[in-house]
Amino acid sequence: MKPFLDRDLRIAPIDVYVDPPQPRARAIITHGHADHARAGHGAVLATPDTIAIMKTRYGEDAAGRWEELPFGEKRDIDGVTVSLHPAGHILGSAQVLLEHRGQRIVVTGDYKRLPDRTAQPFELLACDLLVTEATFGLPVFQHPKPTDEIGRLLRSVAAFPERAHVIGCYALGKAQRVISLLRQAGYNAPIYLHGAMIRLCELYVERGIPLGDLRHSLDVPKAELAGQIVIAPPSAIKDRWSRRLPDPVLAVASGWMSVKQRARQSGVELPLVISDHADWNELRQTIGETGAGTVWVTHGREDALIYWSQQQGLAAEPLNIEAYEDGPEDEQ
Amino acid sequence: MKKFAQLLELLALTPSRNRKIEALTQYFATTPDPDRGYALAILTGALSFKNVKPAVLRDVVTREVDPVLFGMSYDYVGDLGETIALIWPHHGAQDDLPSLTDLIELFNTTSKSELPALIASLLTRAAINERWALVKLATGALRIGLSARLAKTALANMSGKDLQQLEEIWHGITLPYTELFDWLEDKGERPDIDHASRFHPMMLSNPIDEEKDLAVLAPADFAAEWKWDGIRVQLILGKGKVSLFSRTGDDIAGAFPDLVDNVFGEAVLDGELLVGRDFEPDLFNALQQRLNRKVATPKLQEEFPAFVRVYDMLFDGGQDIRPLAWSERRAHLEDWFARNPQRRLDLSEVLTFADWPSLADLRRKGAAEHGHEGVMLKLRTSPYVPGRPKGLWFKWKRDPNVVDAILMYAQRGHGKRSSFYSDYTFGVWKGNEIVPIGKAYFGFTDEELRQLDKWVRNNTVAAFGPVREVRKELVFEVAFDSAQASTRHKSGVALRFPRINRIRWDKPAAEAATLDDMQIFLEAT
Repeated sequence: MKPFLDRDLRIAPIDVYVDPPQPRARAIITHGHADHARAGHGAVLATPDTIAIMKTRYGEDAAGRWEELPFGEKRDIDGVTVSLHPAGHILGSAQVLLEHRGQRIVVTGDYKRLPDRTAQPFELLACDLLVTEATFGLPVFQHPKPTDEIGRLLRSVAAFPERAHVIGCYALGKAQRVISLLRQAGYNAPIYLHGAMIRLCELYVERGIPLGDLRHSLDVPKAELAGQIVIAPPSAIKDRWSRRLPDPVLAVASGWMSVKQRARQSGVELPLVISDHADWNELRQTIGETGAGTVWVTHGREDALIYWSQQQGLAAEPLNIEAYEDGPEDEQ
Repeated sequence: MKKFAQLLELLALTPSRNRKIEALTQYFATTPDPDRGYALAILTGALSFKNVKPAVLRDVVTREVDPVLFGMSYDYVGDLGETIALIWPHHGAQDDLPSLTDLIELFNTTSKSELPALIASLLTRAAINERWALVKLATGALRIGLSARLAKTALANMSGKDLQQLEEIWHGITLPYTELFDWLEDKGERPDIDHASRFHPMMLSNPIDEEKDLAVLAPADFAAEWKWDGIRVQLILGKGKVSLFSRTGDDIAGAFPDLVDNVFGEAVLDGELLVGRDFEPDLFNALQQRLNRKVATPKLQEEFPAFVRVYDMLFDGGQDIRPLAWSERRAHLEDWFARNPQRRLDLSEVLTFADWPSLADLRRKGAAEHGHEGVMLKLRTSPYVPGRPKGLWFKWKRDPNVVDAILMYAQRGHGKRSSFYSDYTFGVWKGNEIVPIGKAYFGFTDEELRQLDKWVRNNTVAAFGPVREVRKELVFEVAFDSAQASTRHKSGVALRFPRINRIRWDKPAAEAATLDDMQIFLEAT
């Protein structure tokens, strides 16, 4: 059966795109990260959380029209049934399920299956064609338990009471996840935020994700940050901003941090392997469990996942949707 | 093993030298024998397993992981040990691995054919960080940026013993170093070693202060020699064994078979390793062709024959002559040379001079005509004292060359300096264009660094990752030891030991040097 989705993720019968990199008349957006959600589309269909995130980041008028579609609700668009289902990646992140003439297509967007209190839990969807992400699509990526990683962080905080711990995190999703994991581990002290983190943390709290006592790092004299945890974007922790911190331990929370040589080269003293993406084992598990006969791989290291899928007897090919920026500094 | 894995990880990721020393000190102080001795051997690169080769590990892994997927992963990670640690697909109960001592025993006693099964079972039992340490340990390739010197410093730190004393016995002690730790913890005597056949920490010199020192020192009390532009070595001629140690105590004999196979007699000598024919030293560039290589090809040995220009003697035969005065040691040395004719050793000449001004003249001429680095002054009555004792030996370097160059690019530094643009690439005019001639990251004060950092941020015209291109407006007075023609640099010039002498905030870039100006510095090759 010929898929009704084009390789640039255009839903052919209705001329609607999923996560288009260029402005389009109609777009379905899986989640609020910049490499999936761009400003300037005519109409945006997404979950209420994702729309709230896009409005916060890009402004109320970043799309001509906003169409909220809550998780699990079906919407018929000229004969194609569209529904959004939790992807477990960040708040509001969705997989897109498309049904048309008996064919089921799932676009995962970015996803993970590990529990996360800041994102609605991943839902497995059976389909004929699976468009999967592959950010960590290599067998070297086997993410450890995030609770263990937070444990390492807390041990380091206890071991260096005279130093601040600054954690480089992407401002949307990762920052709130790390804060939430810390709270879950019983860390109830104030957590200090770089200015770039504040707006989105507030949004999460407004939308019902408790994050505890958060403070602006600017409001505090340097000495008082000793023994404290500060959250900042990765770009800030190695720049001038970090000079306001007392002898900081540089930590970065990202799936890329599993490669020690890489952490070392980028000067990260405490790499925390905390990822919001499926690791190699989850990617394979999901491909198998969806029952899809065809797999399109995008966003990341496609080669290995395609090779593996073909070994399993699946039809698999890469999508080259545009060079997305990703790398150790900004896992999105 | 858990503890050792944590130590390795900390050492790999901590940029601060002091914190590394702290961590090592802590580890050695709290780990029992013989585990800590084996750890010390691993950290200083003194341990290897003849049967555990990277190829064996690769085999073990590709039995469990698809070789194509392994290949893709290795390409991505770039380090075999890390790839294996990360990709290993089996995760067992993660019970404790054997102790370091037991592990080493296992690696040493397991037969070649049983080794793969052993490694596989250890990898499955290990937690992820231990797996990383395990592979590093097994292959002996730590790659964590740790020098043996740092480990020794930690031992000295732990015990309050003198680092020199430790260095002196270092090459005479054996695994698992229990006698060393006994001594460090005052539970035993200092280990007794065969002094004539071991590395002895070298005597080093202080730079001379032309105004203060020369006014009070009597020329007649000092012997002068050329300061040679090679590397300092200690040559140990034992009965049937020759060792060649670098200044840090690394044995580099393996890289210089042409030298060590052609020296005669019994002694411990101090001198300069040089390359060249008929004792005519070549440029440092030529010597560099032979440094940092484990083996020397016949072609290299032929093209750049090595020799040692000897200037001191520590042992004459088995006799320790270090307590004797320099002049007496020199007499021993000359006498020894007369008794032991050599093909690859010669004597460093003692310069004749009447007073300081005439030596200054000689020093200028030596630099200009022969490229000598300067002169050495040695108090004739000085015993051979390891370390850098005050007032005995002086180096009087030739005046540095300076050139006014223009700042072109700045890059962020490392560790403490990681938020500062502290590495500077500078260039000179070539017509209307500016071509880079070198890079320097020191020579300025912390305050100047802050000013430079600010200037770079305010004058950036483009950024490439960590590198910023700046407006070509700031002039540095760059000092350097010498300049050599180089095909690797666009400008055709390579500077040796460049540093920022002064920041010329006042000088317009148009008045900086040109490539033509550089020609007078180029040494003849």
